[in-house]
Amino acid sequence: MSILQVQNISISFGGLKAVTSFNLSLTQGELVGLIGPNGAGKTTVFNMLTGVYRPTDGDVYFESNSGETKNLIGLRPYQITKIGMSRTFQNIRLFKDLTVLDNVRVAFHFNVKYNSWDGIFRTLRYYREEDEITVKALELLKIFHIDHKSNELAKNLPYGEQRKLEIVRALATNPKLLLLDEPAAGMNPQETKDLMGLIEFVRSKFHLTILLIEHDMHLVMGICERVVVLDYGLTIAEGTPAEISSNPKVIKAYLGEEVEVHA
Amino acid sequence: MGFVQEFLQQLVNGFSLGFIYALIALGYTMVYGIAKLINFAHGDILMVGAYGGFFVLIALLVTPGSFILSFVIAMLICALLGMFIERTCYKPLRSAPRINALITAIGVSFFLENVARVIKPIGPNPKEFPVFPQKFNLLELDFLGVHINQTQIIIFLVSVFLMFTLNYIVNNTKMGKAMRAVSFDRGAAYLMGINVNRVISFTFAIGSALAAAAGILFASAYPQVEPLMGFMPGIKAFVAAVLGGIGSIPGAMVGGLILGIAETLSKGFISSKLADAIVFGILIIILVVKPSGIFGQNVSEKV
Amino acid sequence: MIIMNKRVLTFFKIAGLILLGLLIGDALIYAGIIDEYTAQILTLAGINVIIALSLNLISGFTGQLALGHAGFMAIGAYATAYLVMHIHVPQHLWPVLVGISIIIGGIITAFFGMVIGFPTLRLKGDYLAIVTLAFAEIIRVLMINMEGITGGAAGLKGIPLYTEDINLGPVVSFTWIAVFMILIIFLIRNLIKSSPGRAIVAIREDEIAADSMGVNVFYYKMFSFTLSAFIAGIGGGLYSLFFGYLNPTMFNFMKSADFLVIVVLGGMGSIAGTVATGFILTYLQEFLRVLQDYRLVIYPLILIFIMLFKPTGLAGILEDIKTFISKKISAKAIRKTGEG
Repeated sequence: MSILQVQNISISFGGLKAVTSFNLSLTQGELVGLIGPNGAGKTTVFNMLTGVYRPTDGDVYFESNSGETKNLIGLRPYQITKIGMSRTFQNIRLFKDLTVLDNVRVAFHFNVKYNSWDGIFRTLRYYREEDEITVKALELLKIFHIDHKSNELAKNLPYGEQRKLEIVRALATNPKLLLLDEPAAGMNPQETKDLMGLIEFVRSKFHLTILLIEHDMHLVMGICERVVVLDYGLTIAEGTPAEISSNPKVIKAYLGEEVEVHA
Repeated sequence: MGFVQEFLQQLVNGFSLGFIYALIALGYTMVYGIAKLINFAHGDILMVGAYGGFFVLIALLVTPGSFILSFVIAMLICALLGMFIERTCYKPLRSAPRINALITAIGVSFFLENVARVIKPIGPNPKEFPVFPQKFNLLELDFLGVHINQTQIIIFLVSVFLMFTLNYIVNNTKMGKAMRAVSFDRGAAYLMGINVNRVISFTFAIGSALAAAAGILFASAYPQVEPLMGFMPGIKAFVAAVLGGIGSIPGAMVGGLILGIAETLSKGFISSKLADAIVFGILIIILVVKPSGIFGQNVSEKV
Repeated sequence: MIIMNKRVLTFFKIAGLILLGLLIGDALIYAGIIDEYTAQILTLAGINVIIALSLNLISGFTGQLALGHAGFMAIGAYATAYLVMHIHVPQHLWPVLVGISIIIGGIITAFFGMVIGFPTLRLKGDYLAIVTLAFAEIIRVLMINMEGITGGAAGLKGIPLYTEDINLGPVVSFTWIAVFMILIIFLIRNLIKSSPGRAIVAIREDEIAADSMGVNVFYYKMFSFTLSAFIAGIGGGLYSLFFGYLNPTMFNFMKSADFLVIVVLGGMGSIAGTVATGFILTYLQEFLRVLQDYRLVIYPLILIFIMLFKPTGLAGILEDIKTFISKKISAKAIRKTGEG
């Protein structure tokens, strides 16, 4: 059963085609990698799926939290997040001057069942809901071992933990589909290994479908069930990690970039 | 005077005001295009330029020679002032949140206005701007009952000359090419070896020099100078820049002309008191209908 | 239930303390221990704090620079003045009329806020700053020309004061304004510490990330800006009954800049900072001759220097001192345990 159907989306910036006729189909529960050399258009694909950019062509069908399938074209990012797709950012975009806990609680915002009126007048509902999301937020932080830093400002976390907080924040929106943009960037091999375990853990715990962009081939080949390769905005290959690592087109695209590919 | 004649007369007046707005708008739009900052102090640089010209003309009496000299000196002073402001106030804030740079810009604007009010030779009261004596009043045009006075002709000539010069600099010089590159993608320009700091400095210099010229033209049209004279033209030129598409040089020129004409026509045919409100209404309408302006492109933020 | 009781208890404790403070303030003014002039300055400071807080909401907490709060203040002031001058009620209902008029003044101002916020807040970039700047200017020009309602350039005279009783005047004005100020402080504080408030601050921190985390950015910018206009309008309404006279020149750009200075110096996004700076600056403005003469040169320098060297303002400086001291203390503690 597919939860995401991307059909021929394209986009160009100032006459330059950044992504051409991108297609992708994700099945419920899959973990798929999106790889390709720098500038291949991977993040642009994410931006189109999440509504940050509007594709010039094509359609994106997504089976939302409520079970109905919707075309996402023209929806704003917050609308797409609400129906069950969430993301992290390649160049970390945390709310730097908020605490770790508040970064996560912001993501609960649209699921909170009280309004500004309750907030201003401190109704019972306010206290009940605040207590509830605080507990939930701490639980999520605990999975990623950063719950003890919940009162620190996000900007004061080390880089690796900032990346983890991005994932926690995305999870707090209660997504069906999670898009991770280079989650392991800047991490050392041990941290990357831990992260791989965490990604697999949250996938099964929250029944997630995950699409991830990554340059670290250990991670991609280690946990992805399927890999899509993008080069100059075109999909040049798609298959299992084993198929991809022996695909001559892929090797050619990466030529000169010295990438070790281990199946 | 018939309606057609009056209309044409207002149109001429509108063009001359519009050229001044266009010169100011060029500075706004160039600085915005390259430093991504609304330079609130731009209107006040116009004021400094006008006073620069004022003192030159008071000292030397108004002759065609001293008039040209007043432009050169005022433009030079303002170019230096613009670069100085950028270096000291805006440059340290390039990576800070946008609102910080905006507040600084407001501070600079407010500072220039009020320093002008307290220092002796300027003072808070308006002063009459020196104009050409009768013997130099040589350029006048009467055409189909429409009168074009010497100041207006000077405004046309000076503006057109400066716009052509600017166009030449932007399109045909190495610095112009660097400016376009920085405006397109500062990071990439830097990696290509362009000295981004110098380009930004240069842009402020050019923009401020244009504001100085506009200041003298504005002061000779009214003819007076005062410390707050840059405030309203500054806002209106910003509207012009948005109308043309902020960041676009031809946009600023066209936007300035449209705005000048719209203002003069509303003053002449609707209500002089409401003219400013109408200009403001234009801004609101553009922002609703086409926020990218006439020549602007929709630029999306890099994510 | 135990937790609830604790919360209720805290509420009553805080409410009691505030009420006590207010009563002490009233008593001191009534007894003449705080003289009438000082009482007036305190009252004026309260109004400045209210409007500065409203500016802090949109600029400090939401991150959208607004430069026309004097314009909003003017709308609230004239609207309230119009209502109290044209509606006649029996003596004992007068305070009710005052309260309702001030609130309606705020609502009318909020409407104007919505009208200018709608086209500008949808857009990325800094349009709000220049649009609010221009808006305040236009409002001022319109007020000069709408002589029927505003009295034009000559000003609007004969606005009734909070009370006609000269002896009670300072106490009554102070109380009205202090009550509104306290309510508004709590309104903003509670809002910011709730989920909608976090959404608002998230917008300031990173608009795209907030959007991607499910925050309807435009909605919350509009919400914050409209509420900000509402509060500024209330400040204006309070001002008109305090002064009894309005003139369009009171609401020029310099006035908007005064509020900006209070917010920036106190620390953007700090309620306590705005309150403290509001009182300090209003007081200094009245008493320091230097500040009276050169205020307009010194204030912009404050804006520039704060932004260049300490963008978090006084609140940030206090925070630094606190961290510094606590570090010293913990270092001492470590040394002690080391010795022991």
